[in-house]
Formats: sequence, structure tokens, C-alpha cells
Amino acid sequence: MAAVNILETKGLTKTYGGLNANYNIDFTLPRGEIHALIGPNGAGKSTFVGMLSGRIPATRGKVWFDGAEVTRLPAHKRISLGIAYTFQITSVFGKLPVRENVALAVRRILGRDREAVRAKVDGVMERVGLTEQADQLAGDLSYGHQRVLEIAMGLAQNPELFILDEPTQGLALPEVEAFMQLVKDLRGETTILLIEHNMNVVMEVSDSLTVLNNGEVLARGTPEEIRANADVQAAYLGGA
Amino acid sequence: MSDISRIHLLHAAMVVALVICWFVLPVYHAGNLARIMVFAIYAMGYNLLFGYTGLLSLGHALFFGAGMYGLGLAMHLGGVFAGPGILAGLITALVVSGVVGFLALRTSGVAFMIVTLMFAQAGYLTVLLFGTYTRGDEGFVLPQATRALMGIDLSDAQNRYFAALILFGIVLFFIGWLVRTPFGRCLVAIRENEERARMLGYDITRHKLIAVILSGTISGLSGAAYCLLFGSAQAAFAAVPYSIFPLLYVLLGGMGTTIGPFVGTLFMFYLIDWSGGNMMVAGVVLVALALFAPTGILGEIRRRFTPWLP
Ligand SMILES: Nc1ncnc2c1ncn2[C@@H]1O[C@H](COP(=O)(O)OP(=O)(O)O)[C@@H](O)[C@H]1O
Ligand SMILES: [Mg+2]
Repeated sequence: MAAVNILETKGLTKTYGGLNANYNIDFTLPRGEIHALIGPNGAGKSTFVGMLSGRIPATRGKVWFDGAEVTRLPAHKRISLGIAYTFQITSVFGKLPVRENVALAVRRILGRDREAVRAKVDGVMERVGLTEQADQLAGDLSYGHQRVLEIAMGLAQNPELFILDEPTQGLALPEVEAFMQLVKDLRGETTILLIEHNMNVVMEVSDSLTVLNNGEVLARGTPEEIRANADVQAAYLGGA
Repeated sequence: MSDISRIHLLHAAMVVALVICWFVLPVYHAGNLARIMVFAIYAMGYNLLFGYTGLLSLGHALFFGAGMYGLGLAMHLGGVFAGPGILAGLITALVVSGVVGFLALRTSGVAFMIVTLMFAQAGYLTVLLFGTYTRGDEGFVLPQATRALMGIDLSDAQNRYFAALILFGIVLFFIGWLVRTPFGRCLVAIRENEERARMLGYDITRHKLIAVILSGTISGLSGAAYCLLFGSAQAAFAAVPYSIFPLLYVLLGGMGTTIGPFVGTLFMFYLIDWSGGNMMVAGVVLVALALFAPTGILGEIRRRFTPWLP
């Protein structure tokens, strides 16, 4: 039976040379939720999701995905269990065509079935609006389109948990709006863990959010609760 | 025409052209071409790791040597026929590349280059150390009578040419097929952005290890074929220059292209031949190529005219 919480952590800690980038993070993420992770720069958000995806080894603590402990699993195994991860700093295959970038994400799952791969790739590119750019080299795309391509590579894997690290960073307003629409459309298809600086995006798309500060969880709640939380205002929202 | 049929057509045309070459070329050049095809197999093996996977090895002479001595010693000392000899060469190269890959892949970048270089040096010294059997630098010769496969005398120039061509064709089509499989595409992804490939869920270490083994075994096939077709094994073939040659062939011809290794080997062979072994001339041409066609001959052609080249 599928676990209620798609993801859970207990005591998750990452220490860099004596400094705690993350400290004792207990976290649960109910299946199907769109959850935002916010906090000032350096709060430890990227470190946290890095330990979830396996990109960064945890110093201490445990991670469960879909009811099974994955703390010791290497990144590629966690990803094949159904976690997709997009990088904060755009990371695509710059010298390969856009289509091949997406196909690489699809092929790990669909393998040698060329027709199925092609259909899936076309579907994903259509969905994110990259069809026209399909044959360009990914490195020649505009910055905004590269961010979209990152998201497409995540989507292409049909993840059960989709981790997005600041996907709207540096995007223009229309692109941000398209992104918000995409996330809303994904509701019901997958669970989303979204690191996001843009508070409009956070407030509009997320069901709940967690605030990290100095590597620790400062607060958790619905957008309304967080907005009203005095600690959060002091630490992050600047009293707004 | 789809890219795939174009690629098959290109490879088939190349094999046909090489068949025709035997009948139209003067004996001297046809003989060279047999040698070039054998070394092109080596370059294709090297290219799989360097050109497609992005791993720069400085120790492939070890794999070439493993194939050469695997076959050579099995025939010379073990007295086996050519068929089992080839098998012995392949298995030796496979095992050696498996072990070296397993150990060397704990490192990357410059450390990988140095570790592979060290392994190859150790292999070379081993050949010298067991000079009683390998006869070291001087090497040994396979008697003409033993160099026959299914009753075909491989020391005969024509048979040798076509044996080299058959092996070359098999490897060319194999690589052409491999690099278009999901596995081959993943190798290119690793070359382009290893971290991204890992975070798409690919087991990078496994892919790299398989690439080293395939690359090493193909290089070993070339070493075994050389020993069988040209009848000798010498320690020099396991020494440092023979680790550098395939790198040069591939850089010249075009890394990460299926026919680049052949073109590079051909070019380099005749460059040295025409310059009368004058390495000055060869060096100048190499520098010019590095400056004006940094992606190699085939890389440049692909960039300008034929983006579909595999
Ligand atoms: N590889 C690393 N080595 C040392 N310190 C690091 C490393 N990665 C992150 N940090 C530190 O950990 C803290 C959290 O970083 P990060 O998780 O990137 O924060 P955020 O994503 O919230 O901006 C920061 O103080 C950062 O300097
Ligand atoms: Mg970050």
C-alpha cells in the first residue's frame, strides 16, 4: 500500500566543516501536495533537497520515500524510484538538441521503444511550449527556455515527487505566469516540493509551506498561517 | 531519408569502397590499408571511451597489448589454433579492462589519465619481466603455418586485407548501432554533463565501467588481429606511444564520430609515410589541424555540412 506521506525525514543534518547547513530537520510531505520551501539565501534549502534526492550525502538523519528508507541509496536509485530533481543553477546538455535532452529523461524509463519515447517527448515539449525549439541545441536557448527545458526533463520522468529548486529565478513575468499555470495543472498528477523566492508564486500555488532559517525549520503551515506568523515575518518577510 | 538509414548507408558505402580499394590500389598501398584498418579498430575502441563517454585514457596500449599477447602467447606457447587464439585475446583484454576499469574509475579527470597510464606502464614492464616467454622488445613471430583460420592462410596479402576489412566492418557497424542505443546515448550524456545524467537516474559508474570494458575489448581485438595478421608480437606495442596513437587518430579524425577514427588513422599513417618519417612535418600538420579544425576532420565536416553524422 502506498504510504500517506510520500516523503519523510527525521533528524536530517548536514555539517560543512563544523557549520550546520541543515540541523535536525523533521519533515513530512503528504502525497499529492504542492509544498513550498522558503527561507532567506543560505538558509539551507538547496542542501535539504540535495539530501532528499541523494545528490548530497547526509551527515546524520534519515530519509523515507514512499514508506521505504532511502538514506543510503545513491542518487540514481532514488530517482528511478520516482523522484525528479531540477537544479537551481541551470544544468542541461548544452551541446545536444532540446529534443535529445528530453529524450534522455524519457529513455531511462521507456528504454528502447523508439515510438513510445518519441510520443512522450513530443507530448512533454508541447505541454511546456518548447515544440518550436525542439531541434535547437539546448545551449542556444534563451535563459528562460533553458529553465523551461529543465522542468520538461523533470516532467518527462512522470515523477511521483517533483523537486524544483528555484525554477522561476531570473524568469520574466509571462514566463513566471506560465510556470504557475503548469504547476497548477500538475496538481493531482504528482507531489511537488518547490523552493521559491517569489512570494506571489508561493502564495498562489502552494497548499502548505515550510520556512527554513539557519538550517532549521522555523515554521510550517498554510500560506495564510505563514503570512500571519510573527517569527517568519521577523526572519524573512521583513515585517511586510 | 531518415538519419538511421543514412548512417547505415554511409557505413556500408565505406565498406564497399574499401573492397574496391583492394582491386584498384597498388599493392603497396593496399598493404598499408590492411594495417590502417586494424589500427582503425583500435582507434574506434578508444573513441568509444574518449569520444563518446568523455573519458581520456592514457593507457590503452595495455588493452591492445592484452589482446596481442593473449592471442600471441596462446598460439606461440599454448599451441592453439587461430580461432581459440582470437578468443584468448578477447578474453584477456576483457578481463584486464574490467579490472582496470573497476579500479581506475574511482578517479576522474587528470587522476584517471595518470592511473590508466600507470596501469599500462605496469603492463609493459610485465611483458619485459616475463621475457623468457614474451621475448621482450625483440618479441616473437607466429609461424606462417599457424596463421590460418578455417583453412584460409591469413599471411597471404589478399586474405589478410579482407580479414582486416571484415573485422573493421563488424566493429564499425557495432559502434554505429551501439551509439544510437539508449546505452550509447547515455554515454554521450555523461560526456556532456555527468551530474545532470546522474540526476536523470542513470547509473553513471555502471555505464562508465561497461564503456571501459567495451573500449578495452575492442582495442584488444585490434591487438589480437594485428598479431595474427602480421605475425608478430613485440613489447613496443604495449608501450606509451601506443597509448598516444589512438588519441591522436581520434583527435585528428574527429572524436565522437563513427568514421573519424578510420579517417584519423589513415591521415596520420600517410602523414608520417609522406613526410618520410620526418616528425617535424607531421607535427606542423597536427598543430594546424588543432588550430583550424579542433573537432577533427569529421567533426568539422559534421559541423559544416552533415549534422546527422553519428
Ligand atoms: N559544498 C558546500 N561547502 C560548504 N558550505 C556549503 C556548501 N554548500 C552549501 N554550503 C553552505 O550551507 C548553507 C546553506 O546553503 P544552501 O543550502 O545552498 O542555501 P539556500 O539554498 O537556502 O540558499 C550556506 O551557508 C552555504 O554557504
Ligand atoms: Mg539554493
